[in-house]
Amino acid sequence: MYIYNDFDEKFVRERTRQFRGQVEKRLDGYLTEDEFKPLRLMNGLYLQLHAYMLRVAIPYGTLDSTKMRKLADIADKWDKGYGHFTTRQNIQYNWPKLKDVPDILDALANVGMHAIQTSGNCIRNVTADHFAGAAADEIEDPRPTAELLRQWSTDHPEFQFLPRKFKIAVSGAPNDRAVTKAHDIGIRMVRDDKGEAGYEIIVGGGLGRTPMVGKVIREFLPRAELLPYLEAILQVYNLRGRRDNKYKARIKILVHETGLDEIRDAVEKAYEFIKPEFSHPSDELVNGIARYFEPPQFNNVQTAAFDKALEENPALCSFVETNVAEHKNPAYGIVTISLKPVGGTPGDATSEQMRTVADLAEKFSHDEVRISHEQNIVLPHVRKADIAEIYQVLKEAGLATANIGLISDIIACPGMDYCALATARSIPIAQEISTRFNELKLEHEIGELKIKISGCINACGHHHVGHIGILGLDKAGIENYQITLGGDATETMALGERAGPGFSAEELVPALERLIDTYLNVRESSQEIFLDAYRRLGAEPFLTALYPEAEKDAA
Amino acid sequence: MTRAFTPKMVTANDLLEGDVIYLTADNKWSRLLSDAHVFTVETEANAALELAVGQQDRLVGAYLVDASADKDGNPTSLHFREEFRSRGPSNYPHGKQAEV
Repeated sequence: MYIYNDFDEKFVRERTRQFRGQVEKRLDGYLTEDEFKPLRLMNGLYLQLHAYMLRVAIPYGTLDSTKMRKLADIADKWDKGYGHFTTRQNIQYNWPKLKDVPDILDALANVGMHAIQTSGNCIRNVTADHFAGAAADEIEDPRPTAELLRQWSTDHPEFQFLPRKFKIAVSGAPNDRAVTKAHDIGIRMVRDDKGEAGYEIIVGGGLGRTPMVGKVIREFLPRAELLPYLEAILQVYNLRGRRDNKYKARIKILVHETGLDEIRDAVEKAYEFIKPEFSHPSDELVNGIARYFEPPQFNNVQTAAFDKALEENPALCSFVETNVAEHKNPAYGIVTISLKPVGGTPGDATSEQMRTVADLAEKFSHDEVRISHEQNIVLPHVRKADIAEIYQVLKEAGLATANIGLISDIIACPGMDYCALATARSIPIAQEISTRFNELKLEHEIGELKIKISGCINACGHHHVGHIGILGLDKAGIENYQITLGGDATETMALGERAGPGFSAEELVPALERLIDTYLNVRESSQEIFLDAYRRLGAEPFLTALYPEAEKDAA
Repeated sequence: MTRAFTPKMVTANDLLEGDVIYLTADNKWSRLLSDAHVFTVETEANAALELAVGQQDRLVGAYLVDASADKDGNPTSLHFREEFRSRGPSNYPHGKQAEV
């Protein structure tokens, strides 16, 4: 876990102090809302449908028990006893009062946290693979790189007023769990033919109203060159990105309209110019930071008792099958704690649940916790021998749902239950889907299936890259849901294709049931997941399932 | 030919709490939609909005919203977004539906 140095500490304290003054001035009438709004957004404070919302950064989704307990305390003291974990690995509080926000920021600063650059047209919180440092397939822990980017991008004087927001994700493994191809810049750790580790740099990806798969701008960037190269990309974007139209201001539009080759040339030119300004090679900086992310001392305890427990306890066995991933040390596992209970709100955790997780992390996971972009919590380093005990504790805390990667492990944005931008609700749709498929007892039979729901075209719920994507819209004053099929958020990223006319909230779940029934009928075997069946067969059988009337009319 | 005017309410968010508020008939602010005044004359609605926008020290983001009123003047919002704003979220009993 990175620990703030004097510089970080001073910077965060100073910003909190400034914000306290700004809030006082707003409350005393010395600042108008137009003057105050950019200041509050710089500190992660939005005004939503029913209340203010504070978005707190969780850099690269990494927490320890101290930080998690503080998040729980804040939820109890200044909110309604819960928090919402987001697709950018952050946490949002839905009910803070304006006058309390400076105190919340002080409380966060006490544990080395803040809400800076979680909004506005700047480089946002850098995200990373939630299995970082633990995954069996990892080339290198991406977090030292992500931390370097946090330091570089925080209050970077040149990049505080970009044409639009800018999101960076880092993955250290060939299996992309950080959705790097849907970011303004995606960074993937790769090896060249000599076995040397470096970065593949992807640019111009993004979801939202104009979804685009990121393109590789540099196949292999030596680790030493990271910062000046990224600075060159940002500089080109800052100068050439469109400022005339908010909806065309992201770097994906610049790359799309200008062409990748021309942007690459411009970046290389800027890079040559910038390079001499960087006195320290980036690999040295990353290596300096890496000492904060040293892997824990693993001890290879026997797993025989664990194997026996699996045989004796089918519920534990089912939990392990879905919620425990392979760790680089065979005596360990990565435990994902689902924040998707049947009928629950995706990504929400109560303060009590946060404390339970903090206790478990401290006792069983070398004091490490991760938040995943799929809105779940991860205990990254757990001895297999301890999993049965952890499962018991999770069960008592209502956190043992065995559904990771399954149909009820749904990503959903807050939608019109909270968000001022939303055009329809997302949460009740997620709740209905998980409740219905739990009733049908089909979830494990269906196998891996990613449903992602957004409540507007801004796509915070990643619907474009869901195997089944759902987009909530306002159609003539009624909530209406469009389905996309065949999306993929991983290294083989694909954007889902729109199936056809949308469904009302009442029609939606029955339509999904028909879709799933069809999948179960047409798949080659239980090994062929929905996405693979869709890729093999094309859209046709699935569209017939969604729109049986249209088929009849055509016949 | 002039378009028929859809009656309006004035709504905003409270500066301190962020909660949804409505302009009442006696130019006060209420947290309840049922207290909102429905303006049936366009110039009056616009004047009320202007007044609201001027009250920067107590509210944020005032705007006009389509509404209807029954014969006793009881208001209803005409769009689902406004219905949600008048109640609170659907996943928890939080916000107005629980507190006001």
